[in-house]
Amino acid sequence: MHGHSTFEPKNGVVKWLEARLPILSFMHGSFVAYPTPKNLNYWWTFGAILSFMLIAQIVTGVVLTMHYTPESTLAFSSVEKIMRDVNWGWMLRYAHSNGASMFFFAVYIHIFRGIYYGSYKAPREVLWILGVIIFLLMMATGFMGYVLPWGQMSFWGATVITNLFSAIPFVGDEITVWLWGGYSVDNPTLNRFFALHYLLPFIIVAVVGLHVWALHVCGQNNPDGVEIKDIEKDTVPFTPHATMKDSLGIVFFLLLYCWFIFYVPNYLGDADNYIPANPMKTPPHIVPEWYFLPFYAILRSIPDKLAGVIAMFAAIAVLAFLPWLDTSKVRSAKYRPIYKIFFWVFVVCAVGLGYLGAMPPEGGFVLASRILAVAYFAFFLIVLPLLGLFEKTKPVPASIADAVLAKHGSASSVAAGAASAPQTKG
Amino acid sequence: MAFTKKIGIAAAALLGAVAFSNLTLRAEEGGGHETPNPTRQTWSFSGPFGTFDRAQLQRGFKVYKEVCSNCHELHIPIRTLAQPGGPGFTEDQVKTLAATYTVHDGPNLQGEMFDRPGRPADVFPAPFPNPEAAAASLGAAPPDMSLLAKSIKFERGFPAFVFDVLPIPGGMYQEVGPDLIYAILNGYTKEDDPNWNLYFPGHKIAMGKPLAAGQVDYTDGTPTTLEQYSKDVAAFLYWAAEPSLEQRKRIGARVMIFLLVLAGLLYFTKKKIWADVAH
Repeated sequence: MHGHSTFEPKNGVVKWLEARLPILSFMHGSFVAYPTPKNLNYWWTFGAILSFMLIAQIVTGVVLTMHYTPESTLAFSSVEKIMRDVNWGWMLRYAHSNGASMFFFAVYIHIFRGIYYGSYKAPREVLWILGVIIFLLMMATGFMGYVLPWGQMSFWGATVITNLFSAIPFVGDEITVWLWGGYSVDNPTLNRFFALHYLLPFIIVAVVGLHVWALHVCGQNNPDGVEIKDIEKDTVPFTPHATMKDSLGIVFFLLLYCWFIFYVPNYLGDADNYIPANPMKTPPHIVPEWYFLPFYAILRSIPDKLAGVIAMFAAIAVLAFLPWLDTSKVRSAKYRPIYKIFFWVFVVCAVGLGYLGAMPPEGGFVLASRILAVAYFAFFLIVLPLLGLFEKTKPVPASIADAVLAKHGSASSVAAGAASAPQTKG
Repeated sequence: MAFTKKIGIAAAALLGAVAFSNLTLRAEEGGGHETPNPTRQTWSFSGPFGTFDRAQLQRGFKVYKEVCSNCHELHIPIRTLAQPGGPGFTEDQVKTLAATYTVHDGPNLQGEMFDRPGRPADVFPAPFPNPEAAAASLGAAPPDMSLLAKSIKFERGFPAFVFDVLPIPGGMYQEVGPDLIYAILNGYTKEDDPNWNLYFPGHKIAMGKPLAAGQVDYTDGTPTTLEQYSKDVAAFLYWAAEPSLEQRKRIGARVMIFLLVLAGLLYFTKKKIWADVAH
């Protein structure tokens, strides 16, 4: 997309740099002149919100690291020291722990946005798969980060999740011991989780770089799901239009985030994690962080351990195949009346699974998780492939400009005055 | 359109089935354990502008010192009693108080352990050398109280847990711990069994009824009832677990106002920029 740059250096130093490393024109092309569909709604600000959250997590995390001790007898008390004795330590720690939740909240909205508007369809398959990889890396980072305070839920959550690997036939137990660095979750486990928790965010940064690169090659999808045809008529420059809209989105998101940090900082955490880890005492209910609950519910809905683990990982992996599972030619749910209903049913199922993941695995809750787990997979494996073949879609506008004009009720003047030599994409 | 309707019905049926199975379970659960949820108390430190009541924290500290500290450790530095946003003791009061404790310290230059008077920087000395010794003496090791008010909980259930997070009257519920402490201290309702508690999960609590009316002298004329003791000590323990609460809420208000103003400015800027673009 930097091909669209109108960057012309005037300053001598800039010219000098430009001839050696054209980074400024690259930045200009990617974040200033970059053509943005003019019909984007506020759901599209979550990309910027996620970038903000990634940076916020890294900044707070790096400072927390300066005060944290990754050693099993000291980890818990070092976190308490941060909360009580480090200047602004409570704010950093609450910002980081709630930041993880906000990060996942934003990424779920971002993913649902992609599913609703068909953002995964050609030519954005690689963009989408990179997103799934980021999601997986986030899950690994979030899980390992939750272990670091070394509270009861840290310890037992780590025990339950690492034990999942023991379900692998033949080598499962060996793999689990290798992961633990011993015969149970202990100091070596904490040490390696800490190292990886510090490493993975930078890998996420790298994959986000690829994600943005792929985005800037294909261009953004948009609520009408039609490609940019005419840069003049269909798009606006990224700066100031998208920059300002994204900033507003980020500030609104910050209001939510700060509500959690300053007023309900412990709402999303488990009270048990304020009890130091005790390998001799298992909490009555081991519950992961809320953002893992839908997958945890799928895991528990299957009585067989190995099958449960496979189902849980499949629930994430299936997302990567979405571009090929959805057979519809039309991208946006705006023009797919039946898909739209299924989408909302799917959202309700996913949220319902989240609720059930927090409930004890007994009686009706198990039955409910099974129904919803089947519904979850049915959406991807049955509904999406078949719907594309049978669904009667609404007529899709010819261009973004048409869609915008139709919205404003003056569709008649659309075709008139076709721009001379439109800059077509593709 | 008929197809759409069918899908709608199927979706409703699916959700209905899920809701029904949950209700059935609720009913089953109701029969199983009958631990009532504690009632929500009014606390000076709840809500967006809540602050601790200094006098209440000082009374709560007295209850802790005279009753709780006989069995429970409170692993926080004594100096924090004079910290801003806390019980509001003066530096001198804290120095005098610290000197009344005996702290086991060492090894010294001769390699020997020794006893010395406490200093404000020391943590409150533990009543037992370790949890094992406490368990041997009391039957079960009493939990450290420094985070007790944040580490205990009861299930709020649906839909209460949704309202608990919202910025609405009756929402913003962070005082689960103090409410439960208050409830348990008032929950010894069987005269003949000092280890039976209405609010403790399973009703069997290792801690025998610890507090009774008139047990601790209050010098400020506050009634010396069990309810008052429980409330004061629960407030004190919440401060012990969350000593930065006042600072947090104070900064939070400024942050929120800043963000709201910024959001307003950005909104109008964005509106101006997009004014001549149909979108």
